[in-house]
Amino acid sequence: MLDPLFLSSGLFFGWSLGANDAANVWGPAVGARMVKFIKAALLCGLFVTLGSVLSGSGGSHTIGAFASIKTLSGAFIIAFSAALTVFWMTRMRMPVSNTHAVAGSIIAWNLFSATPVDYQTLYKIVGSWFFSPLLTGIFAALLYKLISGFLRRRPLHILLLDSLNRKALIIAGILGSYSLGANNIGNVIGVFVPVSPFQDIVLGPGILFSSTQQLALIGGLSIGLGVLTYSKKVMLTVGKDIYKLSPLMSFVVILSSSLVLFLFASKELQNLMISMGLPTFPLVPISSSQSIVGGVLGIGLSENLYNINYGILKRIFLAWITTPVAAGLLSFLLFSLRGILGAV
Amino acid sequence: MKLINPRTKELEADIVHFLSLVDESAHLFQQAVQSYFDGRVEDFERDTKSISDKEHIADDLRRDIKFRIYAHMLIPDFRGDVLGLLESVDNVIDTMKKVSRSFSIETPVVYSFLKEDFINLSCVCVETVLEVTKAARAYFTDFRKINEHLNRVIAMERDADAIEERLKRKAFASEEITVFSRKVHMRYFAQRIALISDNAQELAERLAIIAIKRSL
Repeated sequence: MLDPLFLSSGLFFGWSLGANDAANVWGPAVGARMVKFIKAALLCGLFVTLGSVLSGSGGSHTIGAFASIKTLSGAFIIAFSAALTVFWMTRMRMPVSNTHAVAGSIIAWNLFSATPVDYQTLYKIVGSWFFSPLLTGIFAALLYKLISGFLRRRPLHILLLDSLNRKALIIAGILGSYSLGANNIGNVIGVFVPVSPFQDIVLGPGILFSSTQQLALIGGLSIGLGVLTYSKKVMLTVGKDIYKLSPLMSFVVILSSSLVLFLFASKELQNLMISMGLPTFPLVPISSSQSIVGGVLGIGLSENLYNINYGILKRIFLAWITTPVAAGLLSFLLFSLRGILGAV
Repeated sequence: MKLINPRTKELEADIVHFLSLVDESAHLFQQAVQSYFDGRVEDFERDTKSISDKEHIADDLRRDIKFRIYAHMLIPDFRGDVLGLLESVDNVIDTMKKVSRSFSIETPVVYSFLKEDFINLSCVCVETVLEVTKAARAYFTDFRKINEHLNRVIAMERDADAIEERLKRKAFASEEITVFSRKVHMRYFAQRIALISDNAQELAERLAIIAIKRSL
């Protein structure tokens, strides 16, 4: 009876993550009215689930190990605190990083259990508040100048341009959704992996449906449900409210964000740059939510800085700071309560 | 995956068709005016009917294009501009239809000393229409070329205004036209024909503005 209850916080977190992070992938396209919300939500739901099950188990183990959670109730508290924080931010239409919410909860657990805090991670989190939006903003502004300049010199038929742009946005959205599932399922189910109630299932000769994959499927479905049921508000904040994006701008924002995420995540690229004697990018985890907001801001600043909604921007920056802090406080409070009640 | 999907390709073809209907109607209009002043009534009536038919087709096509652009969420940032542009183009073809119908219904008297001016006026107006549809095509394909077409439209519209004024002066100064109402009738037709180039100029002005947005 207890297992489904504890797992429910993971599902809640998956749902919150879907509702919030779908905006990183589809927000600009939906905001620019290039893709209908329902189409974006269905594609996102499908590919997030596929990404979670097919490519998501690695990250899940890492987070599980990082958190050093030994009990289901502990995992429940961490996931629940992160989920509630992200849900609160989603209600406020704020795009935030779920990784930061989980990290906030885990740091609180470390403090509570007197485990040494990984300050390295903390610095990375704080650093990424500046790093990823700044770099994506610069990329987006430069890329937009480059592409729009090219199109001014070699114009395409308005309908051909529209069609190409739409296809590019859908392909980018599908790839982004798959990566979202693969990368973020770790945040949703990672803390449950060491205490998973599931057993590996042999589906046929050489086909194993591992307990982690079973967790990933449930997590992936919950993310998909979050996208379908509650992601529109944050999508519109990213794609419309900060700065009114044109279809071309929306593609450039997504492209820039993907490039920046790749630069900071690719070991192969780092090795290549080392072999060529070039300076390298540090391999640090950066937030796609912050990256995409940076991209929108970069284009806005370079094209028409008077059209940027600075009020929303201020609220978003505050939400980024609040997210790990609130998740941490909530987590600490719940661990304290558990300690007082002497629960499992 | 195809670069451009069939739905978009079809729409592109329909826009080309729509603009070519305007060009065809303009040529027919010139022919009709020539036939009227030459006294070839049957040819004139045939051309007038053809203009009318083309105007109906253009009207249906415009409505269909509008519906498809909205239904398939195409060109979201230029949608309003394109629909406004198509409506302005439609006004031009509509005016040509109304003027040729007016000739057919009111059968103005043909005065030989005004014949050349009327034919010239219709010629210049038709040229203005053909030039502005080139600008409209350029809006969709290569917006850098819009301005050169627009400059020509403005110059032609001025020519049309000059011919219109000359025609009116001749009509009112004429001793050949003895009845005042006929002088007024000549003025009315001169104004009606010149309205075609006025509509073309309005369209050109709209194009000049939306071209700036397209180039940003």
